Amino acid sequence: MASTIRVRATSSGDTTEVQALIQHPMDSGFVKDAKGETIPPHFIQELTFEYDGKSVFVADWGAAVSKDPYVKFSFKGGKKGDDLKISWVDNKGATDTTTAKIQ
Amino acid sequence: MTISDNGFSATRRLILKGAAAVALIGLGNIALGFAPVFAAANDKYPEDAFKAKSDADAIKSLYGKTAEPSDKVKLDAPEIAENGTVVPISVSTTLADVTSISFLVSENPNALAASYKIPAGTLPSVANRLKMAKTSNVIAIVEAGGKLYSATKEVKVTVGGCGG
Repeated sequence: MASTIRVRATSSGDTTEVQALIQHPMDSGFVKDAKGETIPPHFIQELTFEYDGKSVFVADWGAAVSKDPYVKFSFKGGKKGDDLKISWVDNKGATDTTTAKIQ
Repeated sequence: MTISDNGFSATRRLILKGAAAVALIGLGNIALGFAPVFAAANDKYPEDAFKAKSDADAIKSLYGKTAEPSDKVKLDAPEIAENGTVVPISVSTTLADVTSISFLVSENPNALAASYKIPAGTLPSVANRLKMAKTSNVIAIVEAGGKLYSATKEVKVTVGGCGG
């Protein structure tokens, strides 16, 4: 299966800017489907970015984060060609991990 | 007599060993079963804070203190969101020693939307997209040097993102 995570990490000067887009329904548990039945909550709870064995950014998410979530941040350091590891886990225990090269 | 005694105790020892082994396996299973719970506890996903209904309760549960408004927290959100399912919101700050940034939407069923840990070396600036049930105040909380600072902005929503 193709990864659910798309990442662009760009190094410029002494900082690396990271943009991530993840495919996930992010169901809040408040929305009803066409039959009037509530769609149970299903959302990413934790998203972690690791560089050089250390967490550079950790997101704790609730159900109010939009479907197919997007997040952008920057950190100091990070060299072109280095690996950035991204992983998430949702409220049902599903998880995905990918590694992106810093550009 | 002595032989039969020995035989008896040997059998008993075997049974005891067996029981001990079963008990150990049982413990192992329990430990494995609970492993994900422990992992979650270590990562400290703030379950209670995300379940809190009001913004004040969520902030209290997440940080255990209250925030003071600060013009050093810059909250960027649209005046009007035509679509409440995708509202682009970002926060940046000139404050030093930032350890955490959180986003709350006051009128959502659960106010806390997202909370980010900012380790040393990561810039205190985050952009994301949130759902909003209706027109509401959006609150950005920045934890810097052990204190909480906030910025608030009202976003008008024409189509909600949390109701059916």
